[in-house]
Amino acid sequence: MASKRHILPGFGISMGWSVTWVSLLVLLPLAALLGKSASGGWEHFWETITDPEVVASYRVSFGISFLAALINGVFGFFAAWIFARYEFPGRRLLEAATDLPFALPTAVAGIALTALYSPNEWIGKHLEPLGIKIAFAPAGVLVAMIFIGFPFVVRALQPVIADLPADVEEAAACLGATRWETIRRVVLPPLLPALLTGAIMSYGRAVGEYGSIVFISGNIPYKTEITPLMIFQKLEQYDYPGAAAIGVTMLAASLVIVAIGNRLQAWGNRFRKEA
Amino acid sequence: MASFIDFRNPPGSDRRADTAVRATAEPLWIRRILIGSVLAFFILFLFLPLTVVFQGALAKGFGVIANAFQDHDILHSIQMTLVVALIAVPANTAFGVAAAWAITRYRFMGRGLLLALIDLPLWVSPVIGGLIYVLLYGRRGYFGPWLTAHDIKIIFALPGMAMATIFVTLPFVARSLIPLMQAQGVEEEEAALTLGAGGFQILWRITLPKIRWGLFYGVILCNARAMGEFGAVSVVSAKISGRTNTMPLEIERLYNDYLFPQAFAVAAALALLALVTLVLKTLSEWENARQFEASRRVSLETTIEPLSSPLT
Repeated sequence: MASKRHILPGFGISMGWSVTWVSLLVLLPLAALLGKSASGGWEHFWETITDPEVVASYRVSFGISFLAALINGVFGFFAAWIFARYEFPGRRLLEAATDLPFALPTAVAGIALTALYSPNEWIGKHLEPLGIKIAFAPAGVLVAMIFIGFPFVVRALQPVIADLPADVEEAAACLGATRWETIRRVVLPPLLPALLTGAIMSYGRAVGEYGSIVFISGNIPYKTEITPLMIFQKLEQYDYPGAAAIGVTMLAASLVIVAIGNRLQAWGNRFRKEA
Repeated sequence: MASFIDFRNPPGSDRRADTAVRATAEPLWIRRILIGSVLAFFILFLFLPLTVVFQGALAKGFGVIANAFQDHDILHSIQMTLVVALIAVPANTAFGVAAAWAITRYRFMGRGLLLALIDLPLWVSPVIGGLIYVLLYGRRGYFGPWLTAHDIKIIFALPGMAMATIFVTLPFVARSLIPLMQAQGVEEEEAALTLGAGGFQILWRITLPKIRWGLFYGVILCNARAMGEFGAVSVVSAKISGRTNTMPLEIERLYNDYLFPQAFAVAAALALLALVTLVLKTLSEWENARQFEASRRVSLETTIEPLSSPLT
């Protein structure tokens, strides 16, 4: 069985198994998604994805996610930096807790954030007198998206910060650069691709997120409804072509986001080799 | 020597110590601000939500929790979650090992495509992960009429929920193994082959022991996601409490019925699972790093040995 090209045995079974599995569980269903989205005709497709309520949901899913990615970019960078460079009590605990949003089921996160930020609860009751509404408002969607996307930036940056050679920073300091100049001109440029990659990944995750958002958002039409929820609505009306049309649109958008992320990563790797 | 160190860092002088390291470190006040703001971020977005879950569960006392875990519907949701995980995790573990083996051991056409398809569930919305199966097996899906005629129920039943869960957890084991097996190489497997070992002998005796921590890491992540999945499963489940609700779906039902202590009791059980997962994950990362370090030391010793031993 083992041919000259494949020295180790098992090519047939491992390859056959993985290809069959992926075909049945990913390829075939994706083909069904494309097929169904076309089955209602082009007009129905276009009408569905440009429906005002659906368009409003893009603003929430794609717009607020962008804001969340920016905030996560800043705090993710700070967190990755202090984990790598500073020694302080509780550092390992924080480092391990970074992945909590990966491990905590989204429904649990959803009801916890809602309980925290509702008008008469823990944090919400202190914000209410100030006129700040978080739960059941766009700010609530933002909070859930920050929660869900945070680990990506930290995890993308950590290995790159660990790889930074100390001698270039020492050289910059010896040549008379202030610490701020060193950070801005020597430290930040090689970190930038990884930072952007992490931010893009957290953006992509927030765009598709459902579970943690639907509790805190209150699902107010035209205000806090997210695009995945629109798919639900179409399914409830048995409008399969419409649901598939929104699904295809989201899939295409995610594809673009991932492609940008991969490009950035490739750029960063080239940067690292040159450095 | 000691006096030199004492001169640069006189005991009790924070400011002097700070000036000594200023060249390649941030001033103390910036460090304090950074640590403080990250700590505040963690408290606000990670630690407080976690606290709220346990506080919400305990708010009405242990009696409510004890009662909640005797409730038929809640017990059934726990059973459903376990059944779905028991299907999805072993299935994706076997797939992950096979896929990692194929991808790291051989070069073949479509290898990049296979990798991309394994990654796909990571970046696709979980709702789409449920939707695609409804379009295939739902009443108005492609196979719907045939399935109805043969009285087979996939959507709004266990098979559909298991499939959607397998979809969202597909990447975890394969993704944890591929970089590890790539880094480890195939020398030992090839040596076993020349000594006459068969395929499954190599897998069982050489490869699996080598990758066991990476495999463990992938399996616990896969399991956490399988037990906690909400979006994909809620598309394909009929959401009937006591019949097709998993724990996350049951949380939603209890929450929408204003049964908050019960909802938080189930949520606390899942949060505990998440904490156990994080601890195991961190331990296996440390173990991985330790083993990597150890294997590097061993390889260093073996390359040095011939030089130090004149007999060889």
